[in-house]
Amino acid sequence: MAATDAAKTIDPHAWLAARSRWSVFEIAFWLATLLPFFLFPTYLTLASQVAIAALFALSVDLILGYAGIVTLGHAMFFGIGAYTAGILSARFGWNDPVSGLLIAGAFAGAIGFIASYLIVRVQHLALIMVTLGLGFLTYELANAMGWLTGGADGLRGVRTGEIFGFFRFDLWGYVGYSYALTVLFLAFLFSRRLVNSSFGLALRGVRENVRRMPAIGSEYRWHLRVIYTISAAMAGLAGAVLTQTTNTVGLNTLSFERSADVVVMLILGGTGRLYGAIVGAIIFMVARDQLAGINPQYWYFWIGLLLMVVVLFMPNGILGFLTRLAGRRD
Amino acid sequence: MADPASPMLQTEGIRKNFGALEVARDVSISLPRGCRHALIGPNGAGKTTLINLITGQLTADAGRILLDGEDITGRSAAERVTKGLARTFQINTLFPDLTPIEAVTLAVCEREGTAGRFWRDLSAHGETVDESFDILKRLGLADVATRATRTLAYGQQRLLEIALALATRPKVLLLDEPAAGVPKTESAALFGVIEALPEDISVLFIEHDMSIVFRFAASIIVLVGGGVLVQADPETIRTDQRVRDVYLGQANHG
Repeated sequence: MAATDAAKTIDPHAWLAARSRWSVFEIAFWLATLLPFFLFPTYLTLASQVAIAALFALSVDLILGYAGIVTLGHAMFFGIGAYTAGILSARFGWNDPVSGLLIAGAFAGAIGFIASYLIVRVQHLALIMVTLGLGFLTYELANAMGWLTGGADGLRGVRTGEIFGFFRFDLWGYVGYSYALTVLFLAFLFSRRLVNSSFGLALRGVRENVRRMPAIGSEYRWHLRVIYTISAAMAGLAGAVLTQTTNTVGLNTLSFERSADVVVMLILGGTGRLYGAIVGAIIFMVARDQLAGINPQYWYFWIGLLLMVVVLFMPNGILGFLTRLAGRRD
Repeated sequence: MADPASPMLQTEGIRKNFGALEVARDVSISLPRGCRHALIGPNGAGKTTLINLITGQLTADAGRILLDGEDITGRSAAERVTKGLARTFQINTLFPDLTPIEAVTLAVCEREGTAGRFWRDLSAHGETVDESFDILKRLGLADVATRATRTLAYGQQRLLEIALALATRPKVLLLDEPAAGVPKTESAALFGVIEALPEDISVLFIEHDMSIVFRFAASIIVLVGGGVLVQADPETIRTDQRVRDVYLGQANHG
């Protein structure tokens, strides 16, 4: 009798709806992203870099945090997006930012879809090595194809036109940060809907117990291919925004360091919660900016220290730690 | 295919070797519509292996598997589930961080082919959620539907194993020791749930407790050394000398 009484009080619809409802913290967070315009107008270039890094980290969270695909080569897609936007402008004179951005994202996504056939076949250490290997291959390919990419010197002659033919990228970064923040916010809205959908549930199912998935009739490898493609496209968008806001592209967009940094950001912020990617990017990029100002040679020392403290004492990242402190169930 | 007398699930001469070890030896069994069959045998007889072979977790070296008259031998594990062949696991194989309502909803979405819809919020799948909650209610899990699976009592996790299988709307349900690890006093209640399953589902269960087997099974298949020793009704099995011999040295299982 007690059980049936309790059953009456649980409304699964209300419970599920509550999980995807916007909280006051989220609204406050996004309002706070506008603060740099007013409080730190001299740091808008850094703010753009943070937004780009956050978008990149968000793309990695979708595969690593939600689907459990560990990667050390995602800069591959960041760089492909960056070079696509750059080459469109430098080699073909295609300077329109929005269409260039979309083409770059679509191209990175297409490469991601092809790579996904390999990615879903391997797990654990082999998976990490495959992502790492693909990253190295792409880097050296871009290095060797100097006629297209500019090689080690970087791509010269990138120009970015006005957004919608109206907003010109300015020296102080007002438009640049607006642009990067808008792309980040739209990608976030998309990701938020995705993780709260039945597809998001299926990805968590894969992460939680991949053995059970076939036993509930799931062709889960197809799910993994879809999310890998989406993630690659999103990483490509991040790279393209970097190109368009700085008018340069170099091999560093494809580097192993960039692949590793983004995973560090995600671990710092906390995986599998979207905001962890953004918070991690903010901490990482601001810390780098500040620490490099003090001593540019040793700044990774502090990141290493921070990383160990977080991994040892905050298994769910800084954001997970904060939500637990606040006593909110997550 | 539609002939109600034809078996729901049939295996024809299933064989499987792990190296030199013969784990399935020419196994031919047949489950009629709505049956309640038990699969018994000493440890290492190949009971779980047989379920793995039938459901596609393992691939048979030879033989055919027919589900409702259709040859499913070459199908993947997931395809077999879609066609109506579900199973549960001896060791809980659940989603620790998902809640029961999420896990069952996921299984229903996979059945409906809507699990890939990344553009639709889960709360918009109203009927799917209703159906999932009904399954949980039927198994007495409604009041823990929104708690993380890892926090559920062990017996509740065993029930969730069955709930996930039911969400696939099976024609055939293979239960690998559904009461494994459940105290003896509670296992009868768990089998009460299994007895109350819809009559049109064909059920085959593995169980070591003979009192439960004799109480709930209409027919018993005895597996020894990877091969079927005998299949008969409980009365015949109880008095069968060969079955007694097999279990004589294993009195603890009796």
